[in-house]
Amino acid sequence: MFAHFDFGEIVRSLPYLFYTGMTFTLLLTALATFIGIVVGTLLALMRLSGISFLTVPAAAYVNLMRSVPFVLMIFWFYFLVPYIGQWVTFSAQPLQVGAFASSLVTFSLFEAAFFCEIMRAGIQSIPRGQVAAAQALGMTYPMVMGYVVLPQAFRNMVPVLLTQTIVLFQDTSLVYVISVTDFLGAASKVAERDGRLVEMYTFAACVYFVISFAASRAVQVLQRRTAIIR
Amino acid sequence: MNYHWNWSIFWELSPDGTHTYFATLMLGTAWTLITSACAFTIALVFGSIVGVLRTTPYSWAMRLGSLYVDVFRNVPLLVQMFLWYFVLPELLPQALGDWLKQLSDASFYTAVVALGLYMSARIAEQIRAGILSLPRGQRLASLALGMTLPQAYAYVLLPMTYRILLPPLTSELLNTIKNSAVALTIGLMELTARARAMQEFSFQVFEAFTAATIIYIVINMLVTFAMRMVERRLTIPGYLGFKAPAVGH
Amino acid sequence: MSAMIDIAGLSKWYGATQVLKDCSAAIATAEVVVVCGPSGSGKSTLLKCVNGLEPFQQGRISVDGVSVGDPKTNLPRLRARIGMVFQHFELFPHLSVRRNLTLPQIKVLRRSADEANAKALRLLERVGLSAYADKFPGELSGGQQQRVAIARSLAMDPIAMLFDEPTSALDPEMIQEVLDVMVGLARDGMTMIVVTHEMGFARKVAHRVVFMDKGEIVENAPTADFFENPGSERARLFLSKILQH
Repeated sequence: MFAHFDFGEIVRSLPYLFYTGMTFTLLLTALATFIGIVVGTLLALMRLSGISFLTVPAAAYVNLMRSVPFVLMIFWFYFLVPYIGQWVTFSAQPLQVGAFASSLVTFSLFEAAFFCEIMRAGIQSIPRGQVAAAQALGMTYPMVMGYVVLPQAFRNMVPVLLTQTIVLFQDTSLVYVISVTDFLGAASKVAERDGRLVEMYTFAACVYFVISFAASRAVQVLQRRTAIIR
Repeated sequence: MNYHWNWSIFWELSPDGTHTYFATLMLGTAWTLITSACAFTIALVFGSIVGVLRTTPYSWAMRLGSLYVDVFRNVPLLVQMFLWYFVLPELLPQALGDWLKQLSDASFYTAVVALGLYMSARIAEQIRAGILSLPRGQRLASLALGMTLPQAYAYVLLPMTYRILLPPLTSELLNTIKNSAVALTIGLMELTARARAMQEFSFQVFEAFTAATIIYIVINMLVTFAMRMVERRLTIPGYLGFKAPAVGH
Repeated sequence: MSAMIDIAGLSKWYGATQVLKDCSAAIATAEVVVVCGPSGSGKSTLLKCVNGLEPFQQGRISVDGVSVGDPKTNLPRLRARIGMVFQHFELFPHLSVRRNLTLPQIKVLRRSADEANAKALRLLERVGLSAYADKFPGELSGGQQQRVAIARSLAMDPIAMLFDEPTSALDPEMIQEVLDVMVGLARDGMTMIVVTHEMGFARKVAHRVVFMDKGEIVENAPTADFFENPGSERARLFLSKILQH
């Protein structure tokens, strides 16, 4: 059954798959994780603020993102981002944004909802006495959060945040639905051009597996090590 | 915004000539629900088996179980769908492969299998965590009463585990419903695909996606509500719930 | 002379339950007051009202002439001048001992790093922990952590110190080392409110004892009077229970 398996096809397309495809995938993963954590932390602070005009919209946003398929959200943003761009820049026409910018906005804003819940759990895991002690020392709210609560919350949540990043890495493959050339997009373009679906999709699966598997093992090791320190 | 809203589009005839756009969305909803229900059943069965394997005292079973989980968790769902849909028929003997390719509703069967096995790895993790969260004495007490290991699982450990796991399993069910949208890539005409088709033919992008979004939210609320009723009926007095870490979609 | 800390007609509710009932007390500069009473009597809540960690609904508290309940009061600035020591120490576990002492000085009081560091080392010396400056809180015993926490408060040059059951989370053999530091502080003329069950400490350094029960201040008497001739049945009962050991 592997008689017709053409390894040469894979070798020939390696530069395209990795320079074009994997670069896009990894860059998107890294930037979306970074922006997602920043926005997610802000959302978490809003949800925990106890001020209803902050908690209500933040909770609504998070719950919306969590109850709708990611694929549907990708479509939403694909059509919305030009209009958001128009609105932000006051231009007369919907803004033409590139595939990367559009994907980045989508993933950052979608993942922010998930990072929000992780950071919220992290913040809530910090004993209330820590906040009281920081306040008793005269710290203002931004200082309490910035120097005492968030550093600890972030540290406690590093393994979970990294695990979510691995999920995000796998999810980037979904940009396939808006025909963007990420790693899977590149593989599928070669596959269809040359009629080599078996080779390309099998190879893509192996690459995703190796990266995700290695990364999740690394997270486990990290988790075990931090568990000992604490 | 220079976008022309037209909410009456839902009552216009879709290009298939028989259904209104609204009806096509309802059809899509039905496919979403059927696919998710079948996939979740598979996920529960396989997830339970693998989850149990990982808590048995046999090292071969633990290793087999963790291999299964690693494989299905570390490849994106979309890629797994492609493997089942495009690659599997080519690897089978010619006749079988051809039969698979010509199957009507092939994308449905593929989606059910791919989604079911993908979700089963996550459910296996939940089941394992649930079983391990039970006091060790439960297993020992069952064995001390003369039960065999399978009996201990069937009558003592699993009934308790499923009850504890109802909340996390509810969210896995919701995840299954959401993830079923990925099947549009292999041609399943579920809800998101219908919304996408409606957008392509009618150019009413935001109406189509708004409708789909609302339907997903309603499904979400109904499932959550139903599971809460189940939870209430099955609660055991004096036993606290178990909270699994929330990661993923 | 007006009181350093003046509590007048203080009442506080959690929802419908009243946890403080019309409490009044005045603490003069350099005075040491011990607050005692059964658990749940509102001692800790009263203490936390003094630096505004707990809001209150009725009454007035002023510290050094600044009203705590006034919405216009800059609470962080006021708290920076009042030291507080907690039952569970509440050192910041992600910062070294030295950083625990310098960070609030630098960020809140805007001291230079050098100045903050010099002050930190001086105070660690005073509580006998100079050797631990670069350890993390998790590596210290409970008694050591509490001494660091006291040093951290002192680094802010407080005009008064609040102690919220500073020894009740400690193993018995560590209580004395913490009390010794507190006795030293009292002898140096620090204004102190100490919520504690350590009656030996109260006898030794407190000028007055406040006894609370069910959210009320039942007694507020000079130390000797309180121990020899408690004015209320409730205080007598409490003392007989606690002094048996």
